[in-house]
Amino acid sequence: MTKRFWNEYQKEIADDHFFYERSCIRQTFFPGSETAFLRIMREELHKDIRDEANQHTCTGIGYHSDFVPLETTMTVVARLFSLMTEAGYTNYVPSCVTSFGIFSEMLEMWKEDPALLEQTRQYLRKATGREFEVPTNLVHPSDIIYKFREELKQNMKYQLVNRFTGKPLKVVEHVGCHYAKIFPEQGIGKSEFPHVLAGMIESWGGEVVDYPERRHCCGFGFRHYLLQENRGYSVANSKKKFESMEPYEPDFIVCNCPGCTMFMDKWQYTIAEMENKTYDRDGYGIPVLTYEEMAGLLLGYNPWELGLQIHQVQSEKLMDKIGIKYDPDEKYRGVNGKILPKPHKPSFLKQ
Amino acid sequence: MINFGYSIAPTRVVNLDNCDFDKLQQLERIVPSFKRCINCGACTATCSAQQFTHFNIRKIKSLFQEAQYEKLAKELDKCMLCGKCTLVCPRGLNLRPIIMNMRKILNTK
Repeated sequence: MTKRFWNEYQKEIADDHFFYERSCIRQTFFPGSETAFLRIMREELHKDIRDEANQHTCTGIGYHSDFVPLETTMTVVARLFSLMTEAGYTNYVPSCVTSFGIFSEMLEMWKEDPALLEQTRQYLRKATGREFEVPTNLVHPSDIIYKFREELKQNMKYQLVNRFTGKPLKVVEHVGCHYAKIFPEQGIGKSEFPHVLAGMIESWGGEVVDYPERRHCCGFGFRHYLLQENRGYSVANSKKKFESMEPYEPDFIVCNCPGCTMFMDKWQYTIAEMENKTYDRDGYGIPVLTYEEMAGLLLGYNPWELGLQIHQVQSEKLMDKIGIKYDPDEKYRGVNGKILPKPHKPSFLKQ
Repeated sequence: MINFGYSIAPTRVVNLDNCDFDKLQQLERIVPSFKRCINCGACTATCSAQQFTHFNIRKIKSLFQEAQYEKLAKELDKCMLCGKCTLVCPRGLNLRPIIMNMRKILNTK
């Protein structure tokens, strides 16, 4: 029997009482994902999770682009922890994989060098008058969904199965570099066999596509896309992954990290415009979902409330395969009840 | 077609399964010591041509080994065959016959 090394490592994930920190990118591009996560936590799993109004960036993009110095990042992270401490929580859940990596890095540095922790306390005290405690449990939202995946399955209306063929849907999973590549102990299955998304897919009826460039970076890379002239390198990384997964004909891609979700989705449009090329058979592109969107769809949540219409690659064909009911006329209805103007159609990517 | 202000960078991966190594094997038959090179770059560091042009013997050797022959012939023309590289090579390679035979194999001179 093949030995599954990831079985040997399961990280500690708290059971209840979480402090949630939202992501800059997700709030802009996939706001439905965070709302869905909070709904899943409260309505499906009946967990206590705090959505703090006074939260702010972790400086992740600025830090990894060398704009924000380390001491500033530490103090900003400390302020976020002070919000958690003031609210009476000890389990910290950052929505973003980059934030998760930043917090893991700061905690590790404070652990290795307590003087640095004391210095950060002084900086925070001087700047804001606040105090903070280090969280006892740092987990990513996907860790929590992974932990309770079987409980969620009991409430699910759909499975990751193609209703026309009866076969499992072929799903590409992309974990994101900062989830476990920086600090392997922080990821379920460590960095070699990250099982966090694969576990959800397998539990919910799908089949994970094991393609050659499965662990390759999506091309986000922070500084690599900030300058317009450098973006060709960023697209090239996504293209490498798309070319590698294309022969396996995946039904959709599920991502852990906000940056990966954004680039795997939007670079498909860019490549289609530049090279008249899509990586699915019919020219619609491969839909890219967050794990909350995947869970939300299977739980029967309204796909338009999940925000699937905001994605570049549209998901109607995928929903048809699963058998999810949706109202096309409601696709662009805004929160005020009015139908919003339809977005321009891409010139090559079908919608 | 939209002009985004950048183009997709071509991959730098060399698929060795698709390479034609005939020229490399030919060179290794004529100058077997070519295999002794450890890519240390001492030849490039001491090269007179390198100080005035982008000529890089180490790079040429790597490209030849990976069967990336395109544009190599033009690069090889920059070598003045002075032999300083041979004096510093820690593996005792005589680089002049290597350069000369590379030129011949690539049908340059």
